Amino acid sequence: MLPAKPALPISFATALGRIRRTVGRLTAALALATLAGTGAAGAVSLDAILADDAPKELSQFGFFADLPAQRPAEGVVPYRLNTPLFSDAALKMRFVFVPPGKQASYDAEEALDFPVGTALVKTFAFPADYRAPDKDLRIIETRLLLHRADGWHALAYVWNDAQTEATLKIAGARIDVSTIDAQGAPLSFTYAVPNRNQCKGCHDLGGTISPIGPKARNLNGDFAYHDGTANQLDRWTALGILAGAPAAADAPAVPDYLDAAAPLDARARAWLDVNCAHCHRAEGPASNSGLFLTWSEKQPVTYGVNKRPVAAGKGSGGLQFDIAPGDPDASILIYRVDSVEPGVMMPELGRHLPDPAAVALLREWIAAMK
Amino acid sequence: MASFLSRAALVLLMGVSSASLAAAAEIAVEAGEGAAERLTEALITAKPGDTVLIGAGRFDLTDGLSLDVDDVVVKGAGPDLTVLSFKAQSGAGEGLLVTSDRVVLEDFAVEDTKGDGVKSKGSDQITFRNLRVEWTNGPDEKNGAYGVYPVSSKNILVEKVTVKGAADAGIYVGQSENIVVRESRAEYNVAGIEIENSMKADVYKNVATHNTGGILIFDLPNLPVQGGHDIRVFDNDVLDNDTANFAPKGNMVAIVPKGMGIMVMANRNVHVFGNRLSGNGTTHVLVAAYPNEYEDDNYMFVPRGVYVHGNTYGEGGGAPDGEVGKTISDVSGTPVPDIVWDGVTTIPEYFSWTSAENRVYVDEAEGTSFVNLKMISQLLLPWGWWPDTDIAGYKGSLPEPAPVKLPQEGGA
Repeated sequence: MLPAKPALPISFATALGRIRRTVGRLTAALALATLAGTGAAGAVSLDAILADDAPKELSQFGFFADLPAQRPAEGVVPYRLNTPLFSDAALKMRFVFVPPGKQASYDAEEALDFPVGTALVKTFAFPADYRAPDKDLRIIETRLLLHRADGWHALAYVWNDAQTEATLKIAGARIDVSTIDAQGAPLSFTYAVPNRNQCKGCHDLGGTISPIGPKARNLNGDFAYHDGTANQLDRWTALGILAGAPAAADAPAVPDYLDAAAPLDARARAWLDVNCAHCHRAEGPASNSGLFLTWSEKQPVTYGVNKRPVAAGKGSGGLQFDIAPGDPDASILIYRVDSVEPGVMMPELGRHLPDPAAVALLREWIAAMK
Repeated sequence: MASFLSRAALVLLMGVSSASLAAAAEIAVEAGEGAAERLTEALITAKPGDTVLIGAGRFDLTDGLSLDVDDVVVKGAGPDLTVLSFKAQSGAGEGLLVTSDRVVLEDFAVEDTKGDGVKSKGSDQITFRNLRVEWTNGPDEKNGAYGVYPVSSKNILVEKVTVKGAADAGIYVGQSENIVVRESRAEYNVAGIEIENSMKADVYKNVATHNTGGILIFDLPNLPVQGGHDIRVFDNDVLDNDTANFAPKGNMVAIVPKGMGIMVMANRNVHVFGNRLSGNGTTHVLVAAYPNEYEDDNYMFVPRGVYVHGNTYGEGGGAPDGEVGKTISDVSGTPVPDIVWDGVTTIPEYFSWTSAENRVYVDEAEGTSFVNLKMISQLLLPWGWWPDTDIAGYKGSLPEPAPVKLPQEGGA
């Protein structure tokens, strides 16, 4: 079955923004009990995080006081990213657990340096209807990055139909999702839970598994905690799980790519940084392309301007340059981000649907280039 | 020496363990119900030293496979018996991706991947043996780019593989070091065999036929690894490369004219000898500079030190194709000579001289035709230039690189 006709970019962007604000509120509300110290049931099992053989069931970690409600246990902190990775418009709830008495070290460029025993927890869900994204959530999977003594390990737990428990899946899974899009049209597609190697397909920094999301620049924004809105870096420092961070105002920050008030260049580069640069960087899986899309990349040719493709194959779309300044239609970047055809679409993992808001942003960015 | 000994010991140990503990180290995956998931899981959960045995039959895969465990052999029942079909693939950029070291892939086929066929990225000691990678619908710009595709890897052995229908290169080695490609067959691809931005490669005893271009040795700008050098292309059959170029535009190989035998673009110290070339309608051997504009201060766009000698040339040059074919034949006439050099040098060299190790040398049997197109002269002196067809003026030689030795074959 074909996905429904993509929504108009503007309304889609608005809807996405609304959805993400909703999720922010949800996670904040869910976190309330914990942060208020109302005696969450059970505690996180450090043994489960550190064991060579991961538990078969998500509940065994004790990350959640109420697993189906995604209400975190004590010491498990919800967070959001200024610009998140697009994953078929899945709603994501993110949590971090740092072992008591330990701290992540601040890093201005890379992901924060989390201590052994850390767990990064990300739950993916789809609403029954994107016009009411905070209702009738179907949780599909919860992905974990666990920092054991020998390094990070990536695991995916797939939720049961009853939405009571999630089970470890090594080989990934394909799951049919049916929902209603923001315009009210039915939307059905097959969602992919990554297998263990596919996790590393993105979470690979110089050959070892590494976190991607929790970088200072992407955490440096507000979160609606139960006791009020606060900057996440400041809050993590106050909670004692982050050391060495400057005041939030002195730390780098990427904007929300949907924030029309932010500079166009920063919005586009933020989107590329989050959605592409885990592979497209000198230490990443796509290093051989020579196309590096990290936030800090300063060389226009290196981030694609007048750069010819090297191994694109049909991904070139018959075009000569990754970015043809002023001409989005002549830019391979647009062709590939807009595509949903395997072998053409970028990113090549974790996406089956178009992301019209991103395409519209990148088109505007390239059109404005001289 | 110590590391060599420990490696030898490891090889011995592995030999012993696979002999005495064969059952423990072999994971058999048979075709049938749930085969795709079982194979995916076997490759993920394999332990170093294991062999994943893929049974005979057809495996229909909807997702890419990947291997990230060192010291694993993945072995099928034969390239016509064990068929991994990706016709229904809906994810991933390739059929099988290897990111680990000391891996052997042998005796199976990979068909109809949406992107590349079998890729290794960042592998040390990777062997592709007796594989078949094919797009079964024949040449089509919608086919995947590369068939056998080691990149950013080292100590690469490609032998006895067959690749058909790749929309870029059948066998493509990129940004890699210490490479052997031998006894393989590439047909109906845009490029049969391509060695790009790579160092120390031996390409020999291969057959490249019915591609657009047979064997390409390229160096491109704006890549993390560039400055390809020390490459020997010898004892290959490069015959009847007569398939129209079907690469999507924008890719470098889209410029390759139908009927290109062996093409050397940029690169340093490339030796082309003892090959048999026939039926290549544009030309048998082209030595050329990188033709596009680029922004890259570290890139050398002209070939440095190319030695073409002792090859056998049959009929060819009678049907120069495309823009490149026209550029050549406008100067050389048709049939195009057996060997063509565009004659491009750097500007300082044009006004002075090119040092001995950087020149192009040709030493072929009596009757071999040659042209230096003197393209830079054409640009700077639009009047009063003429191509140089005096092959005798290019006689000479360059010291040949030592044969490539691979650790997986007991070499250092």
